[in-house]
Amino acid sequence: MSSEVKRDPDGQLPYISGHDLASVSAKISEVTLRPMKNLPLFWYGGLALGVTLLQLLFLAIYMLVTRGTGIWGLNVPVAWGFAIINFVWWIGIGHAGTLISAILFLFKQDWRTSISRFAEAMTLFAVVCAGLFPLLHVGRPWLVYWLFPYPNTLGMWPQFRSPLLWDVFAVSTYATVSIMFWFTGLVPDLATMRAKAKDVWAKKFYHGLSLGWTGSARHWHRYEVAYLLLAGLSTPLVLSVHSIVSLDFAVSLEPGWHTTIFPPYFVAGAIFAGFAMVLTFMIPVRSIFGMKDLLTDRHLNNMAKVMLFSGLIVAYGYMMELFFGWYSASVFERFMVLNRLTGPYDVSYWMLILCNVLVPQALWSYKVRTNPVLLFIICQFISVGMWLERFVIVVISLHRDFLDSSWAMYAGTKWDWAMYIGTMGLFLTLVFLFIRTLPFIAIFEMRELIHKDEHKHDDHSDEKH
Amino acid sequence: MNMENPLEPKTYGVVAEFADADSVLAAANKAVEAGYTVMDAYSPVPVHGLDAALGRKPTKLPWMVFAGGLTGCLVGFGMQVWMAHVDYPWNVGGRPTISWPAFIPVTFELTILFSALTTVIGMFALNGLPRPHHPIFNTPDFDRSAIDHYFLCIEAADPRFNEADVTAFLQELGPEAVNTITDA
Repeated sequence: MSSEVKRDPDGQLPYISGHDLASVSAKISEVTLRPMKNLPLFWYGGLALGVTLLQLLFLAIYMLVTRGTGIWGLNVPVAWGFAIINFVWWIGIGHAGTLISAILFLFKQDWRTSISRFAEAMTLFAVVCAGLFPLLHVGRPWLVYWLFPYPNTLGMWPQFRSPLLWDVFAVSTYATVSIMFWFTGLVPDLATMRAKAKDVWAKKFYHGLSLGWTGSARHWHRYEVAYLLLAGLSTPLVLSVHSIVSLDFAVSLEPGWHTTIFPPYFVAGAIFAGFAMVLTFMIPVRSIFGMKDLLTDRHLNNMAKVMLFSGLIVAYGYMMELFFGWYSASVFERFMVLNRLTGPYDVSYWMLILCNVLVPQALWSYKVRTNPVLLFIICQFISVGMWLERFVIVVISLHRDFLDSSWAMYAGTKWDWAMYIGTMGLFLTLVFLFIRTLPFIAIFEMRELIHKDEHKHDDHSDEKH
Repeated sequence: MNMENPLEPKTYGVVAEFADADSVLAAANKAVEAGYTVMDAYSPVPVHGLDAALGRKPTKLPWMVFAGGLTGCLVGFGMQVWMAHVDYPWNVGGRPTISWPAFIPVTFELTILFSALTTVIGMFALNGLPRPHHPIFNTPDFDRSAIDHYFLCIEAADPRFNEADVTAFLQELGPEAVNTITDA
């Protein structure tokens, strides 16, 4: 390679340079195969923090199961509190993974390649965290199968007109399809891991997981068709999941919930929060594992642009909520808007506007988009903002609705917080174990990118002859 | 032939190893021209046109997925109609028992679920995976097929197979190595 980096036709730096098939395979698999003592302190620290917070989750679950949902702050009128806020927050975070792996794949955005695996893994872990909340919110989680239509002695079936039931189908389908999509993407990489592993047991482990992948031309052909089909199936799926989650609210008659803008605005918010979470992990990971040649500043720039765009849709949603409240000419809707802006929870509303609308405007600047530290800080604002958004929607609408005799205040108890922070521990634990055991960048897709790139340059040299 | 010891490893094929995708593609084309029919190529990346060069038709997987999706759609909608209208009719807010618009989300999700299951299970089943051992793994240096090298195997099942001829033929194509492999 010459010292001068070849630029793309539009003058941008390439997404990948200075690598060939062998070097990219070696580099990514090395993180997983290096001896434990060579892992950075960051990895040990991250895992330790995750496992510590995970104990809090276990404690919170133990308390909940033995004492009941009364240990939470839920009561009438706010019968939906932290459980649904956290559920929506986590499931939204998961959506970025599917967006990156499926939608950007269909749009042939090559830059998705180096972040897709990590983002997909994050999707799975976020769905696991999200799923815990409805599971535990039912109070007796061992009876959660009651949610599904199964033949029972009462001869009754679930109520199929309820969005809460749609949620059961949407989230379980989403979890299943995400796992399959992720695993399918992993199979050729597991074959590479098998080839790279020196330890005989590691070889067997990866060989087993790879299902005996040989890289046969016939297999690749079916594989590519299957991958494209999965991307095509996941795209409407991911849009449907958060739309259905939003219908939990929008189908009800509650002021502040009963709006048609909810489905698109929830989906945009999900992408917004999800990209913030991907960046939160990508920024430290790429520095510490020396992956800046595969996860370039240009990736940061692109992801920040997606965040800015989805953030603007979210901001539009906030404006429309206010507008709908006024335009509905309904006393209750108008009161809800005023109560949001000036009521007892006004601080959370204005914090939300600060975090999700004002701070992200810094992303208009190229310098901010390519500055990892600033970007990381903005991502933290967005994560907090998206949690506040759900808090505002859930709590402010419920705590003062139609009957002023049943107004009340709501606050999470220490067990609400313990469970929320505990799921962050679960998430961290899963992420750090994943970084260690599976290649966190899709190796074969990176090889494919290099392979295509080489052929592109060949074509150019042919033209010159 | 019939007197062969069944425990003795049989020849599976002759494998040529190439350093780049263009060579294996050219080799596959030449092998088809030379009249070989039973062969396969192994690569670390999907090589466009390689499967077609080996003379095979596109997979029928999309049709299977379509059938899977249609099944999911019918099962989803049918399940709800049967449960809410036939088996236990239940008046909810005076709505018709078959209030079909409310049945769309579950129908949609099951369509996607069945399609995706068919895609993944179908793809692996058509590929004959999981298969813990395949004779091709006996090829020396085959690990590189998952890293940066490309392999073409003309199999003993080919009617025109003759070890010496095939080896000589593959040697002509500029490979890194040519090896005969057995099935055990």
